[in-house]
Amino acid sequence: MENFELVILLLDATLRTSTPLILAALAGMFSERSGTINLALEGMMLGGAFAAAAVAYYAGSPWVGLLAAIAATIALSLLHGFACITHKGNQVVSGMAINILMSGFTALVGIALFAQGGKTPALDKASRFQPITLPGAEAVRDVPILGPIYFELLSGHNILVYIAFFAVPAAWWVMYRTRFGLRLRAVGENPGAVDTAGISVVLMRYRAVVCSGVLVGMSGAYLSTAQGASFLQDMTAGKGYIALAAMVFGKWRPFPALFACLLFGFLDAAATRLQGVILPGIGEVPVQLVQALPYVLTVILLAGFIGRATPPKALGRAYVKER
Amino acid sequence: MQRKPLLGAIAVLSAFLPGIIATSSPSFADETIKPAVVYSTGGKFDGAFNQSAFTGAEKFKTDTGIDYREFELRNDTQSQQAIRTFARDGHDPVVVIGFQQASALAEVAPEFPETRFAIVDMVVDQPNVQSVVFREHEGSFIVGMLAAMASNSNTIGAVGGMDIPLIRRMTCGYQLGAHYAKPDANVLVNFVGTTGAAWNDPIRGGELTKTQIGKGADVVLQLAGGTGIGVLQAASDAKILGIGSDANQNGLHPGQVLTSMVKHVDVAVYEAFKAARDGNWQPGIKSLGLAEGGIDWALDENNRDLMTDDMEVAAKKAKADIISGKITIHDYMIDNTCPN
Repeated sequence: MENFELVILLLDATLRTSTPLILAALAGMFSERSGTINLALEGMMLGGAFAAAAVAYYAGSPWVGLLAAIAATIALSLLHGFACITHKGNQVVSGMAINILMSGFTALVGIALFAQGGKTPALDKASRFQPITLPGAEAVRDVPILGPIYFELLSGHNILVYIAFFAVPAAWWVMYRTRFGLRLRAVGENPGAVDTAGISVVLMRYRAVVCSGVLVGMSGAYLSTAQGASFLQDMTAGKGYIALAAMVFGKWRPFPALFACLLFGFLDAAATRLQGVILPGIGEVPVQLVQALPYVLTVILLAGFIGRATPPKALGRAYVKER
Repeated sequence: MQRKPLLGAIAVLSAFLPGIIATSSPSFADETIKPAVVYSTGGKFDGAFNQSAFTGAEKFKTDTGIDYREFELRNDTQSQQAIRTFARDGHDPVVVIGFQQASALAEVAPEFPETRFAIVDMVVDQPNVQSVVFREHEGSFIVGMLAAMASNSNTIGAVGGMDIPLIRRMTCGYQLGAHYAKPDANVLVNFVGTTGAAWNDPIRGGELTKTQIGKGADVVLQLAGGTGIGVLQAASDAKILGIGSDANQNGLHPGQVLTSMVKHVDVAVYEAFKAARDGNWQPGIKSLGLAEGGIDWALDENNRDLMTDDMEVAAKKAKADIISGKITIHDYMIDNTCPN
């Protein structure tokens, strides 16, 4: 029974840690499926996290912060699009430039606004996303097995966690069941054919990066106004890149990407729990080993189990009408 | 008639002149010292370790009017460059914060034998370096006692930043203190990471705290610099008690922070600057603990209601006993082990 509870708590933490990855991986998917490499996820996440924390602090509402985060990341997406789609710049370079820019820019604005070394002031309860208790959670709390699953695991997360998990089927539906999704995928595979059909490749790609901006903005807001309570310089700590890896892992498809994110989230959650645990025959697990575990497993899984990941054909290539 | 006030002025001046000369001979150094601080990673507004150093430097500035230069490390590799640049520009004394900078300072200090350096939290054996170390285990012993006494579940936790002997020494003192107060107390210890990034990852700090709460902890000590903000936040969110460290963090979440283990880095910085100005600066090791006022536990209006009389009395008694030598606390850094 005690072990069961530990597993529930571990899965609970998995949901929390994988939420920003899921949102960012979906964001990457929208952009990359349309043919625009989005290495800027990390920087956009930072921008979103900063905008959310700063605006939520002034406005006293996490929702206003969330809107600000989305606005900021859409602006960054448009910047990325302007460089890569309109001016056909190198997409990797533009993405990295945004990452480097945002790492410094958020701190700069933070120092100018709050004079706390790039941090934003800690948010109070009213300006953060609070845990939501699902209906009936308290009532079933003491029911064996199902009670803890519902109460601990499913209930008690903040709204962005639920949005992230809802976003996966939604993204799937948009991508595979709507005209917009079909065109978006076509633009990433064979932009020439889309152009021949009389649809603007440039406009399609812009719409895709805007979708990407909306999702990654939520992911940033989650870090600073839901999971955390303030913005700290470089607080994303590589999550944007991990999300990108999860997307590649998931072969640019929503559900496999979700599982990849959950796997990364699980490994991260497990890593924090394995620390100091005494394993039979080995003794106490060293922190170093625990920390390396997610990466080791990633390499093993990538090498052996995932198979070939085929990117969209036109990925990374700007569309040129005539040569 | 015109010259009279001038003469008067000269007369007045000459009357004061010896006084001015006399007082300005020590303050001759006043004008020439150009102090500088190199903060550790985490930044000077980490609300803890670096901020404490910053407070000390600011206090010196307000007290003496002498401005100082500062540098915030983005990563450890910048350390050597930062120290060297300050020394080359004629800054003196240069105070270096954090154990990570020890190797950089050991490299740079011999290049500038005329410059006075000070390092906090580590020993660098050079003729022109003052090493300020704290006996943190004394402070963590007391907060460990308080944590164990405040805990209802008899399980308490500690979240360390980087896994280094310095932090282990504090967690060890914490354990010993907890067991001193309650021999059967269960103490959980976790570390955020093994690189400098571990000082600046509040999300991970919060996750580790939630893990410990999941294992039953209802008092959690943070020993993780900027990461600790996430630890105290998670503790406050879960309505359990946190314990601050380095600076007095009782006010971050009033009523949710049991106490803080205060490490007066500000005093170390202030004293180093002041000694350099007054000309009585000494190289060598300076060890600060409870007795010297370098380490203490914080009691103010934010945590007054959390502290029972028993706890306060016990903590004060332990403090006196440690100072008098009646209680000796094992120092992890001597043999890299923690008893029990």
